[in-house]
Amino acid sequence: MGKKIAKEVSIAVADAVAQCRVDVISAYPITPMTHIVEHLAELVNNGELDAEYIAVESEHAALSACIGASAAGARTFTSTAAQGLMFMYEMLYIASGFRLPIVMVIANRALSSPISIWNDHGDVMTMRDAGWIQTFAENGQEAVDLIYHAYKVAEKAFLPVAVNLDGFIVTHVVEPVELLDQEQVDKYLPPLRMKYKLDPKKPITIGAIGVPEIYTEARKAQDEALKASYKIVVQAWREFEKISGRRYNPIETYRMDDAEVALVLIGSLAETAMNAVDVLREKGKKVGLVRIRLWRPFPMQDFLKAIGKVKALCVFDRALSPGATGGPVGIEVRSALYQSNKRPKVLNIIGGLGGRDVTAEDFMELFDRTYSFLKARPRFSYEIYGVKE
Amino acid sequence: MIEIRLHGRGGQGAVTSAELIAIAAINQGKYAQAFPSFGPERRGAPVQAFARISDSRIRTREKIYNPDVILVLDSSLPKIVKVTAGLKEGGIAILNSHYSEEELRKILGDYKGKLAIVDATKIALEELGVPITNTTMLGAFIKATGLVEPSFMESALKERFGRLADKNIKALYRALEETKIYG
Repeated sequence: MGKKIAKEVSIAVADAVAQCRVDVISAYPITPMTHIVEHLAELVNNGELDAEYIAVESEHAALSACIGASAAGARTFTSTAAQGLMFMYEMLYIASGFRLPIVMVIANRALSSPISIWNDHGDVMTMRDAGWIQTFAENGQEAVDLIYHAYKVAEKAFLPVAVNLDGFIVTHVVEPVELLDQEQVDKYLPPLRMKYKLDPKKPITIGAIGVPEIYTEARKAQDEALKASYKIVVQAWREFEKISGRRYNPIETYRMDDAEVALVLIGSLAETAMNAVDVLREKGKKVGLVRIRLWRPFPMQDFLKAIGKVKALCVFDRALSPGATGGPVGIEVRSALYQSNKRPKVLNIIGGLGGRDVTAEDFMELFDRTYSFLKARPRFSYEIYGVKE
Repeated sequence: MIEIRLHGRGGQGAVTSAELIAIAAINQGKYAQAFPSFGPERRGAPVQAFARISDSRIRTREKIYNPDVILVLDSSLPKIVKVTAGLKEGGIAILNSHYSEEELRKILGDYKGKLAIVDATKIALEELGVPITNTTMLGAFIKATGLVEPSFMESALKERFGRLADKNIKALYRALEETKIYG
């Protein structure tokens, strides 16, 4: 077993990608993911990683290169953020439609305009429907572990996986991280075997036209593959637990046992929020936290189980869907609840946009507001938190 | 948990210092974080970097608003930036300065709290030949706080600076000797 070392999370993530023995890396650097691909380029250049680093002119080309390489049977990696993801957009659906096991790290960053290099989830939430498996890391350790996991899952489910790390507040922090030993990685991650691949000796067609007679069926097959990947995701975490001792679930809970009010969120703010939960628990308030680690496929049953018998939820979204009925997570949660017998009140808060700091005190205030929400009927479907008037 | 804010100018290595503090603490078996102030940085402009050290797992991603320790690498900063802003009561300000305690307290706006002073620019010029004080000030940090063992900082410096480490280690140990603590 490896030992805890002090590393910038981006560097540790790149080291984990290298340990996965990727064959092809193609990326176009963009803040705040730059350190990840810089370090990979360095490893390739120094001969420490036997891979092809394809420098490209855009993110569209970066993912296209991965698609080509993956279709030919290579293990691939790319990374991006914000506008880079926007520029990659067209190819996101090709990657999932082709059922290619590409792994991408998104160092989550706010979208322009106005230009912001800082963290929120505006970028990744736009690819909600792109057919990728999507996970969110809470800290550096989880970021690294989700890399190993992503390859394991991608290559069993034959679907691309996006691992999300909060830009700067995860990617740029030096903290203790434990990497697996190379032998452990090799055992966890056998060489990639494609069911179908581009091979001049055995020609096949990938990406043919889908006429109306088959398009619906092709899409249904894709939907079913993504839903079925849930089991693969969980199984891969169980196997990972055996070698690392670290247990991961699609949904994590914190002090939810007898909770009557709970916060729901996604990403690294959960760490800060736990401190707020601890303070309020000390004061006798029955509050808890539900964190969504697996966003796609959405683990509905786990989520409904996790919320227990709460009377109210505060769903904290880090992306705005202008003119919608809520933030992306808020909409998802309300939709899941509508199909169940549970009907807690849902206060949907949009916050932490474009790098605005969210503190434990903010979460305490939001818990307070969720309590008062129990008495009053909601007059709005969502609210943007902390706006300076 | 101890929270530390470093002040420097872009290019002086404040971020590196914060990282070295975290690396030394983690190698010593503690928990630590280090991070830059996120965003565009310009050479010469006042910059900040941050670190946290704790005996238990650190579970926060907040910025640092009320540090226990401030470490000022550049002697010209206290006149243009309120470096003691938000410093916790009972906390300590560690400064690179050639001023006396009285003069420095006045510059800091009648600062009454704990103070540690070292003329790091002088040490850096003598030991490194350049007025880059980030590693020298790590010596002052160790002397003033005792939060990391010098030997762990020494290995962190060796790993980071390779053949340039020796000079930096010498500067660090000189600061460890020459730093004076008041109040």
